[in-house]
Amino acid sequence: MRVNVTVNGSAEAVDDVWEGESLLCLLRERMGLPGSKNACEQGECGSCTVYLDGVPVCACLVAAGQAEGREVVTVEGLAAGSPGEERLDPVQRAFVAAGAVQCGFCTPGLIVQSHDLLTRNPAPADAEIREALAGNLCRCTGYEKILDAVRLAAKRKATT
Amino acid sequence: MDFLRPPTWQDALAAKAQRPGARPVQGGTDVMVEINFGVDRPDALLDLSGIPALAEWDRADGRLRVGAGVPYARLITELGGRLPGLAQASRTVGSPQIRNRGTVGGNLGAASPAGDAHPPLLAGDAVIEAESAARGVRMIPVIEFFTGVKKNALRPDELIRAFWTAPASGPQYFSKIGTRNAMVIAVCSFALALHPGERRVGTGIGSAAPTPRRATEAETFLSRELDWDGRRPLGDAAVRRFGELVRDAASPIDDVRGTGGYRRHALAVMARRTLTWAWDDHRAEAPGRRAS
Ligand SMILES: Cc1cc2nc3c(=O)[nH]c(=O)nc-3n(C[C@H](O)[C@H](O)[C@H](O)COP(=O)(O)OP(=O)(O)OC[C@H]3O[C@@H](n4cnc5c(N)ncnc54)[C@H](O)[C@@H]3O)c2cc1C
Ligand code: FES
Ligand code: FES
Repeated sequence: MRVNVTVNGSAEAVDDVWEGESLLCLLRERMGLPGSKNACEQGECGSCTVYLDGVPVCACLVAAGQAEGREVVTVEGLAAGSPGEERLDPVQRAFVAAGAVQCGFCTPGLIVQSHDLLTRNPAPADAEIREALAGNLCRCTGYEKILDAVRLAAKRKATT
Repeated sequence: MDFLRPPTWQDALAAKAQRPGARPVQGGTDVMVEINFGVDRPDALLDLSGIPALAEWDRADGRLRVGAGVPYARLITELGGRLPGLAQASRTVGSPQIRNRGTVGGNLGAASPAGDAHPPLLAGDAVIEAESAARGVRMIPVIEFFTGVKKNALRPDELIRAFWTAPASGPQYFSKIGTRNAMVIAVCSFALALHPGERRVGTGIGSAAPTPRRATEAETFLSRELDWDGRRPLGDAAVRRFGELVRDAASPIDDVRGTGGYRRHALAVMARRTLTWAWDDHRAEAPGRRAS
């Protein structure tokens, strides 16, 4: 089937989509956007988190056809313009600066989820950060640097 | 596989009548796991997420009618004050991403004994509004809705339109046992609702029997035991007895999440705790303040 969906601001018509496939598969395999990661395909790890009509969701649990006519923003879409660190979103930059990235597999999902948290709540308490990131698993960092990154992004956003 | 996207509720009912094998999908948090893992290959997916009416709620006859497609996240923010027990349960579902997509309609559709919406729906005497193109609306009391492990009372041509429940008229609590504060299927769970106007207590037990169920004897005992008007403190013996009756209402199995013995023990503890919280709230509150 064909799916019409706006991804990172660009209206796309994607053909030959299998009716049972996920939005994650559509993004990664058919649209060449490998930022959102595929780790568990069961909603447990959050590494596939994308915005769907402005709400963070696990792309692995959205049927591709459910994205018809909707707007998706992936981690790629948070960094506007041409590649380079200066183009990165403040949340992305804070993850780099805080050393919150090791293997990086969890990072795209954590960044989208943190981006949403800071949009809704610019100065989250630690408990609120933990709650917001409860559905994102990281096997490498032990989470402390990730919390540092979110705190740093919040601080930087407050002063700019 | 076909992908059906009915634009309206009437179209959805017509599609389900024509293709009873089509699998409804709302948030997809149960359905897509099964498809991703090849557990389920329905001949069609019936996407209900494009029907705006399902994602709305309103008040009618003093009750709330909540569309099957209202996600947990909105239930918490928009209805948390009126349905505190269900909101507490919703907060324990999965993760923020899951709560942004998952719905009570989907929880009822899946009818898992561990579904977290079920105990508060039981405690609050919810009624499920099911509908088919051929026979119209059928109102199913939630107590009759769960018919077996992951089985519900829906007929093949029926869809869930909404659930109905009264806004809380007294304290409500939900309690759940799990290994973590997020992302856990309940080892067991318990919901309590006090209905002071009717001098009645509602309960719901989750994950401790083939279906979610009420602890009917515990309800009857406590409804008589509570000093609704005088609001005297509860005696230890009554609290303990309530816990025992809730425990005895369950028939849990041993599985990977816990033993039957542990579940029975935990249910008694949760029953005592939620009762203590609820009765303290009721005593602290000026009479009539919650009337709505
Ligand atoms: C990581 C993860 C964590 C989870 N944690 C929890 C948890 O803590 N507690 C819990 O209770 N559940 C949990 N779940 C399960 C799931 O999120 C819930 O059952 C949720 O309520 C399902 O809602 P949905 O809209 O996503 O359902 P869907 O997946 O869209 O549908 C679920 C079922 O209901 C049927 N259905 C959907 N809508 C209708 C309708 N209108 N009429 C008739 N049938 C319908 C579908 O055909 C399917 O059988 C979790 C799932 C995941 C992936
Ligand atoms: S791949 Fe989607 S949550 Fe893990
Ligand atoms: S950095 Fe490796 S999983 Fe998080």
